[in-house]
Amino acid sequence: MPNMSLVKNEMPVQAPDVRNKNFSEVALGYTEEQAIDEAKRCLNCKNKPCVTGCPVQIDIPAFIARVAEGDFAGAYKVITKSSSLPAVCGRVCPQETQCESKCVRGKKGEPVAIGRLERFVADWHNAQPDAPVEKPEPNGHKAAVIGSGPSGLACAGDLAKKGYDVTVYEALHVAGGVLSYGIPEFRLPKTIVQKEIEGLKALGVNVETNTVVGRTISIDELMEEEGFETVFIGSGAGLPRFMNIPGENLSGVYSANEFLTRINLMKAYKEGSSTPITAGSKAVIVGGGNVAMDAARCAKRLGAEVYIVYRRTENELPARAEEVEHAKEEGIIFKFLTNPVEIKADDHGWVKSIICQEMELSEPDASGRARPVPKEGAFIEIETDTVIMSIGTSPNPLIKATTEGLDTQKWGGIIADEDGLTSKKGVYAGGDAVTGAATVILAMGAGKKAAAAMDEYMQNK
Amino acid sequence: MYEILEKKSLNPTVTLMKIAAPKVARKAEPGQFIILRTDADGERIPLTIADYDRQAGTITIIFQIVGGTTEKLNHLNEGDCLQDFVGPLGRATETEGLKKVAVVGGGVGCAIAYPVAKKLHELGVEVHSVVGFRNKDLVILEDEFKAASSKFVLMSDDGSVGEKGLVTDALKKLIESGEKYDRVITIGPLIMMKFVCQLTKQYEIPAVASMNPIMIDGTGMCGGCRLTVGGETKFACVDGPEFDGHLIDFDEAMARGAMYKPFERKAHEDACNLFGEVK
Repeated sequence: MPNMSLVKNEMPVQAPDVRNKNFSEVALGYTEEQAIDEAKRCLNCKNKPCVTGCPVQIDIPAFIARVAEGDFAGAYKVITKSSSLPAVCGRVCPQETQCESKCVRGKKGEPVAIGRLERFVADWHNAQPDAPVEKPEPNGHKAAVIGSGPSGLACAGDLAKKGYDVTVYEALHVAGGVLSYGIPEFRLPKTIVQKEIEGLKALGVNVETNTVVGRTISIDELMEEEGFETVFIGSGAGLPRFMNIPGENLSGVYSANEFLTRINLMKAYKEGSSTPITAGSKAVIVGGGNVAMDAARCAKRLGAEVYIVYRRTENELPARAEEVEHAKEEGIIFKFLTNPVEIKADDHGWVKSIICQEMELSEPDASGRARPVPKEGAFIEIETDTVIMSIGTSPNPLIKATTEGLDTQKWGGIIADEDGLTSKKGVYAGGDAVTGAATVILAMGAGKKAAAAMDEYMQNK
Repeated sequence: MYEILEKKSLNPTVTLMKIAAPKVARKAEPGQFIILRTDADGERIPLTIADYDRQAGTITIIFQIVGGTTEKLNHLNEGDCLQDFVGPLGRATETEGLKKVAVVGGGVGCAIAYPVAKKLHELGVEVHSVVGFRNKDLVILEDEFKAASSKFVLMSDDGSVGEKGLVTDALKKLIESGEKYDRVITIGPLIMMKFVCQLTKQYEIPAVASMNPIMIDGTGMCGGCRLTVGGETKFACVDGPEFDGHLIDFDEAMARGAMYKPFERKAHEDACNLFGEVK
């Protein structure tokens, strides 16, 4: 008998006024009983609408049926047929706009908590003793992957499983890309990311940190001198955008990337860290995406009173609903219909306040969202000692600038076809480097697609 | 891991190290920099490449002990290893079309000015070097500069070595005496570079300044190193580190450079205390 409860099993979380003072994970995950009970809410629909909402087409009803039976190992097997990073995606995927938005149970009541179940299965698997990894038989072909974020890891994993000799090049000193430097510990514990990377290494993948492709070595050198037959570019969208308003280069103004990198990659929040960070007593975050929520919640944990300034209304916020909810519970103050026009300094060149134009909504723009327009003469000044710009990122131009024959869009995205093939023979690309900033799961999907195309190319060469 | 093959104290606060880093050495050019971490919990610090040897696979760095990390670095010895060492980063010094150049270095900035002078000299460019230090105890690379320059002027704040005065005094004298430079390349404290660039602007001589702002990733990701050049925001790590000296907003760069001064001082004291206990 299915469980006909109209609501999801709640996932235990740290209380808001406790968690907004620490960096430990907010959500604590289902117990086995909760997972089985939630799994029983799935009707196991024949036409599986949820699967159409999943960018990597996980056989969702099949894995949930295993959970309902208590066969967690079987559930894990089903998921990993399609996904490389279940513990990550179970935490950071926007399920409410993907699989769960298609769930039949959502028509009347809440959808099945697919994301929470995925997370449960992955965590259950990670808690088991490591099973010996069967290294695939080497097939004698070499492939290089640039960037160790979600797309690169997915691509490397799929190629390694087929017996390719894969080397992943990472510019930073730690692998993981945005999973390591961007998403905070309280949303995605770094031990989980490292576990995924260790898993790839066990498959035989080489991970070379401290290598900036384009500077330390070029793509042409990788192919001509190092013997890689194909290269996958998964270098992401790491170049922060600024608003180009007066005062943006004052001391105390950060890009969200800098603020989050100091905290997540360099562990600046830890006592005695050699990398400094301060959010001051008051911090203003500009922007309304997931990154803005992450930056705001980090600033709160560093002890600041935190404001999010966003030029449209709550309805247009691009961040996941759950992140917005968590941010509000933790005491973040939202200032909607507010758009910064200038940052003011004190006598020492530090931020003192931010001047914002009040906005109102007008007709929808190209993105389909209502367009904010300035309210004549209406300005407010918010006193603050930190401003964090979180208005998006673009693909890093370094690879484009150092790779001849690699075509890019005007805005910097690498041009690639459905399979990830670029304008350069043997060179594939995927993830944010192609699409601009998007989600972990879309990047992972692109990495997997490219791996399949690279496999075909190398086998038929 | 990146082994320290050679360590030499150039003066009480400036140290030279030769590091085994073949991948970096293969590509390094004057004007570029590296980022290193001393240990697994260390911060990332950028240092400009002072010299390189492609055959031996080594990179030479020269650093001044100012904060916690440089203090820790200075306590490592030959045979010890650095945790991380990545590069070469940034753009190389542009040398095309140059016939006669004045290289103006100040303090530890001379460590970065020297490889530029050397490269220009090797390319057949006429190099005049003007270098300044606070006093005679702080002078570094004097013989090296002399070997790479057809004219060499040494200045000191207190007159204890060379001529007493600022590098701008010496540069002005050279220009006034009729020397015609295609370009002035200046590397040193921000305040010095600001005045060198003001001077060259007066005489309408193109000037390039090498910027060394606070950085984390060094690949264009954090924007911590941003500065205003000709009214536009630039990232020193990918657009620089060298920029048109007449267009740089030096005052802004100085304010940003001071952002973590109190933290740096404390980190240095902590590191000193730590090593004090070990001794």
